[in-house]
Amino acid sequence: MTAYRRIGRALLRTALQAIPTILVIIVLDFFLLQLAPGDAADVMAGEAGSATEETVAALRSRFGLDLPILHRLFAYLDNLAHFSLGFSPRYNMPVAELIGQRLPGTLLLMLVALAIAVVLGLALGSIMAVFAGKLPDRIISVLSLLFYSIPGFWIGLMLIVLFSVKLGWLPSGGSGTIGSDLTGLHAVLDQLRYMILPATSLALFYVAIYARLTRAAMLEVKSQDYVRTAAAKGLSPFTITTRHILRNALLPVTTMAGMHLGGMLGGAVVVETVYSWPGLGRLAFEAVMGRDFTVLLGILLLSSLVVIAANAVVDLLHAWLDPRIGVR
Amino acid sequence: MSNPDTAERAPVVLNPALAYDRSPPKPDAPTPNEERWSNVHAPDAMRATTASAETGTTSANRALRVFLRNPNAMTGLIFLVLVVAAALLAPVLYPEDPLSMVARPFIWPGTNSTYPLGTDSLGRDVLSGILHGARISLLVGIVATVIGLAVGLIIGSTAGYFGGWVDDVLVKLIEIVQTLPSFILLVVLVAIAQPSVAVVTGAVGIVSWPTVARLVRSEFRAIREKDYVVAARSLGYGHVRIIIREILPNALPPIIVTSSVMVASAILMESALSFMGLGDPNLVSWGSMIGDGRELLRTAWYLTAIPGLAIVFTVLALNLIGDGLNDALNPRFTDER
Repeated sequence: MTAYRRIGRALLRTALQAIPTILVIIVLDFFLLQLAPGDAADVMAGEAGSATEETVAALRSRFGLDLPILHRLFAYLDNLAHFSLGFSPRYNMPVAELIGQRLPGTLLLMLVALAIAVVLGLALGSIMAVFAGKLPDRIISVLSLLFYSIPGFWIGLMLIVLFSVKLGWLPSGGSGTIGSDLTGLHAVLDQLRYMILPATSLALFYVAIYARLTRAAMLEVKSQDYVRTAAAKGLSPFTITTRHILRNALLPVTTMAGMHLGGMLGGAVVVETVYSWPGLGRLAFEAVMGRDFTVLLGILLLSSLVVIAANAVVDLLHAWLDPRIGVR
Repeated sequence: MSNPDTAERAPVVLNPALAYDRSPPKPDAPTPNEERWSNVHAPDAMRATTASAETGTTSANRALRVFLRNPNAMTGLIFLVLVVAAALLAPVLYPEDPLSMVARPFIWPGTNSTYPLGTDSLGRDVLSGILHGARISLLVGIVATVIGLAVGLIIGSTAGYFGGWVDDVLVKLIEIVQTLPSFILLVVLVAIAQPSVAVVTGAVGIVSWPTVARLVRSEFRAIREKDYVVAARSLGYGHVRIIIREILPNALPPIIVTSSVMVASAILMESALSFMGLGDPNLVSWGSMIGDGRELLRTAWYLTAIPGLAIVFTVLALNLIGDGLNDALNPRFTDER
């Protein structure tokens, strides 16, 4: 009971500390975006082709783009205070709704990619640490360095060539079979088929990082006294590796994984472009190109929230992995 | 401080680690501490100076030897030399603009000896594009890293050295920048200022400084309380001098390792930007070649594969070198980004 209350208090404090940070981020982003030449009205007029000065002016005043900067900033903050992310002129719908449509796809993609990266990274890292200095270690470390050097969008395209064009095993893009009336398990399997390639492309880079991190952390833990004690107790090498070494080596990996969740959204922009995956990254890119800054501000705000939440989760995870750390 | 000669030499004595080594200074003679201390201002300070300078060189030499004996690092170095050679030779071998159409489109690699890597959908020579692309990649990678290092060093050293409220403010700044997804920030910056090589380079530099700043800050915090820094402070040296002459040389090894990885990731970021169509439209870059080739993935996948291999080759070279440097300089940190 007290443990839960401590966790609750810690989470509350994190939330309170996050508010000023987020406020600064919003204001900075807002002014940064104002530096961009042109606005949504310009782009929409350009796309329409035959816009007159008057229609552009009308568009601007309709979306409040003609107001002074500070006026718009306060209007935006006022919206936020009422839990509204504003209205997108370009998509003609509330930003919250727009993001709500795209968020599940991206979140799913990112979590699957992160899961692949952590599991594969831990497995490869453990193998490297167990065989440190021997052949498997050498091979995997060169392999992980290779993964680390491959641009995500390029490996995405190459996977499409191999698995979609040449072998025809997996779809080359999209997030589900259009017009299919699959239900239950079949629907999940269908989703999974569309998920494999993008998630793998996104994960590969992080697999390399976690593998190397796991290796280093495990080698460091290996020389600790309690590992020798465990061996002296007569535990099997497998138990020592999994229960005593790996568990402690998990700490740096979880820290990094938490930090990467935000950065993955950046990677998602590129991977979603390659696989025409209807997600948040793609939306962010379209918003920049269309100068639809309410949408972009909403996405940046959301991703900051995700990063802060991820850090809080990592803190809790650490307290669980290593009771000495405790919830502050 | 009265004797300018001593003032010049003292920090060298106190600062063992011009040698890229973290081992504590070896006493020059097995004398008790107090006596060694007095040596700083003593006439035989000269001897002590040369002695520790020698340990410095041997330690740097040792690092170099370890680096040169590392097969991975040497492979990386050879790869990188090849890429640099390609970049330098591009205007000599292919003086023509790589964007000009020279032959019939869709010549597959290996079918025409004049165009060993084939031609693209507009009949542009792929090999010429690859060689010229090396120039852009290296230029952006190196200059962006220099920018990122400069900004990161200034902010990180200020935060780590002064501590207190300066540190609090700067750490908050670093946190805020790191909370934003860096690639989206990059896209925003480039879109704001219109794509050109200079803008892309600057933006990549701006996006990559927080990593350096964090690293430098933690190094400076660790070194700031060391005896030789305290001694330098008590000798009345100014902050700038202590930062540059006393602390920076000791913080260098991890920064050197990071910078090679930074060049690699700058090249990756540049290629992703040009792939998305945010590169300089008047120059050929590996990323933009992949972006063009993508439309023809089903029929002419070599147009995507070849520039991608060039990127992997270059980035792998830099990462191999980074690993080798890491082993040679053996700093306490594991590479993390």
